[in-house]
Amino acid sequence: MNRIVKIILSDILKNKIVLVYTLILAVLSWSSFGMEDNTAKGMLTILNVILFTVPLVSILFATIYIYNSSEFIELLVSQPIKRSKIWISLFISLSLSLIISFLIGSGIPLLINAPDFNGIMMLIIGVLITAIFVSLAFFSAIFNRDKARGIGTSIVIWLFFALIFDGLILFLLFQFSDYPIEKPMIFVTSLSPIDLARIQMLLHLDASAMMGYTGALFKEYFGNGIGIAVSLLLLFIWVIIPFVLSLKKFKTKDL
Amino acid sequence: MKYFLIILLFFSLSLKATTIHVGKKHEVKSVKKGIALAKDGDTLIVHGGLYKEGNIKIDKRIVFLGKGLPVLDGEKKHEVLSIHADSVVVDGFKIIRCAYATITDPCGIKVYNRSHVLIQNNVLDDNFFGIYLQNAQKCTIKNNTLKAYGKEEQQLGNGIHCWKSNDILIIANRIDGHRDGIYFEFVYDSLIWRNISTNNVRYGLHFMFSHSDTYITNIFRNNGAGVAVMYTKDVKMFNNTFDENWGASAYGLLLKDITDSYIFNNKFNSNTSAIYVEGSSRNKIEKNQFNANGWAMQIQASSMDNEVVNNNFIGNTFDMGTNGSLVLNTFDSNYWDKYEGYDLNKDEIGDVPYHPLSLFAVLIENNPSAMLLFRSFMITLLDKSEKVLPSITPDNFIDNKPQMKPLPLL
Amino acid sequence: MIEIKNISKKFGKLEVLKNVSASCNSGQCIALIGPNGCGKTTLIKSILGMVIPDSGSMEFNQKSIFGDYLYREKIGYMPQIGRYPDTMTIGEIIEMVKKIRNSKDNLDEDLFRDFEIEKMLNKQMRTLSGGTTQKISAVLAFMFNPDVLILDEPTAGLDPLAAEVLKEKIIKEKGKGKLILITSHLLSELDDLISEIIFMQEGKIFFHKKVNELKEETQEDKISKAIAKILRAN
Repeated sequence: MNRIVKIILSDILKNKIVLVYTLILAVLSWSSFGMEDNTAKGMLTILNVILFTVPLVSILFATIYIYNSSEFIELLVSQPIKRSKIWISLFISLSLSLIISFLIGSGIPLLINAPDFNGIMMLIIGVLITAIFVSLAFFSAIFNRDKARGIGTSIVIWLFFALIFDGLILFLLFQFSDYPIEKPMIFVTSLSPIDLARIQMLLHLDASAMMGYTGALFKEYFGNGIGIAVSLLLLFIWVIIPFVLSLKKFKTKDL
Repeated sequence: MKYFLIILLFFSLSLKATTIHVGKKHEVKSVKKGIALAKDGDTLIVHGGLYKEGNIKIDKRIVFLGKGLPVLDGEKKHEVLSIHADSVVVDGFKIIRCAYATITDPCGIKVYNRSHVLIQNNVLDDNFFGIYLQNAQKCTIKNNTLKAYGKEEQQLGNGIHCWKSNDILIIANRIDGHRDGIYFEFVYDSLIWRNISTNNVRYGLHFMFSHSDTYITNIFRNNGAGVAVMYTKDVKMFNNTFDENWGASAYGLLLKDITDSYIFNNKFNSNTSAIYVEGSSRNKIEKNQFNANGWAMQIQASSMDNEVVNNNFIGNTFDMGTNGSLVLNTFDSNYWDKYEGYDLNKDEIGDVPYHPLSLFAVLIENNPSAMLLFRSFMITLLDKSEKVLPSITPDNFIDNKPQMKPLPLL
Repeated sequence: MIEIKNISKKFGKLEVLKNVSASCNSGQCIALIGPNGCGKTTLIKSILGMVIPDSGSMEFNQKSIFGDYLYREKIGYMPQIGRYPDTMTIGEIIEMVKKIRNSKDNLDEDLFRDFEIEKMLNKQMRTLSGGTTQKISAVLAFMFNPDVLILDEPTAGLDPLAAEVLKEKIIKEKGKGKLILITSHLLSELDDLISEIIFMQEGKIFFHKKVNELKEETQEDKISKAIAKILRAN
């Protein structure tokens, strides 16, 4: 495993896009802490980066990279290596490189400006979101032979979680506003990794936001130690499931 | 003759005002006995120690003075101190553990239908009601510290409770952990000044039908539901601080049926809803500071002719909320940190009006569960598009003279 | 050595392999021939585990290859069109495969020397011509002294000189008692190399014969003519 991870990792880190991504994250993070006089606002800006930029870059870069390394994968498959090892190595190297970018770009300013529970929580969630969208990239790449279709699928997946899913929730909320749907809605919301990350962070950052009955319910479900553990676990499951499905498919794929 | 007169005067004075000492080392061991011995105008000095004497009734016009913080213990069975005389002074006692009863409302100190009573420098600990003025006039409650420990509203009484009284001064008390910190019902022409009311289970300050009262430089912090004022006219609230009143229906300040009042130069920090206005009219809200609240103001459509001028709105989740499309209040010359307009003529007033009511605030008002989507990408998009092309929010809900810089309020 | 039993493979609706069985042993040099699209490459890829058959079984040294991967240590594969990561240099590719194979000793560097790869180590893969890429494939296939060599159209893109070098190398390896599997269209090239022929048509094995048997049956001394005769006879 190590040898292949090393080889792929060194190849990815040579890629200029990763460098540019790190730089953009750094500029966004440093400027958001620099411009806002209170750290809470800087944190909110970084939260927006985590919820918007990180998923988009992660899924797109990973998808394109997977397609571009099809030759490499073919070469490896004809060698005495387990298929699952190849795929897992590719996943580890891709996630690792994007996570390193995130940690350098956003992590350093975050830990310098907010070296507390919230800062660390933010880091963990950023890392998980990166891994989730890399995992989703594997899912979309393995089920589309065609590169253009694969990238298209990835964009749709991103758009779905960033925008469309919330639109559906809003629609449901207003359709069923006469019924007590708070609890089911909390469940539904936790089906989207971006929403889960957003709400978990808001509970810590911007308590004024989470008010009223819904806010109280959320605090009850997600605000305590168990809640944090459960939502981190859910995010972790989001990393695992798409990747495991893609791995299953890759094991029997004809190259 | 001359000497005789002086001697007579001396005797009559000493007759009128003797000082009686109560304590272990003194002849009089019991407070009750001391009171029984005293006459109008006497001073009763109670020395440090624990006195478990049940209900102590003061029915003479005396100065009731504690030296070395004597403790009067109600043993959870009695009202501790009942005042049935005018011009009594109660000073320097620690009064603990009065009884709990829901009909008679036993108190640490209760004044029955009297005037000119002064209650100061006392410590009240673990009482049901703290200090209770019933039908009292021209009384002063000053420098007392009140603390209670219950968790539920039903187990607790109010800290300072006034009913059907007038010309009361409540100054520099600290109230912590009661049901309502300060409670007024039918209290007129009174002043509440420099009190600190914290961690009370219901309201930090609660009043109804109490006209022409003034509240200056008080601090209300972390109370269950903030401060609620109702059914009252001519209220003045200056320089108060409303902090961290959190919860599902908690308010920094709830104004319900308040008219002709003036709310000036107060600070609202980190409240769920800094000011909630319902059915109130002709009030002026001026030069207040709103920092980091959930809602800075929620003005229900049942309110009219209120003026909101020269306030600072900084770092609030929502600047405004309302439940209807009818806007009969005016908003002018405030500073809004969310304002994104420009100032070409450099007069420090924005050239385009500001709409303090966001689309999301309207959505939340209709469907509180939509709070789930707070700070999501979609909501940000909706809010931005609504700012450009208002369609759902009322278009006359505007500040025509938004300030470019925060007003220098202290 | 390699035992193929009743394997079938469909790509979508297209049946590429239909119930194919074959047996290959060490010391043999087998030519896998047939028209375009007859399933030669698919059969080879199945042996390598790159394509997974829908049914049937395949054994390498009496062990099923399904779910196994270590057997590939004993196979050197030279693909028809070698596809390598664009940004890597020749040197990096060779280093990488060495690392993956994890074998430092017993390297066969004949072709590395004969093709003069040394001079090109710093060239990036995307700048190479088809012929050079094939040379790299050949170098990699032979480098680890495998027991089995699978060569898919080995000489198609090579210049005559390089083709001759490769041919000699194949003969040399055959002499060591290795199993060599070659697919090729150019039958004339195979004459002095091969000992057996597998002829495939439309996903089936049309015949599998020893070269001398074939020549005897058809009374021809050239393989190409012999095959042409058989095809005409049917």
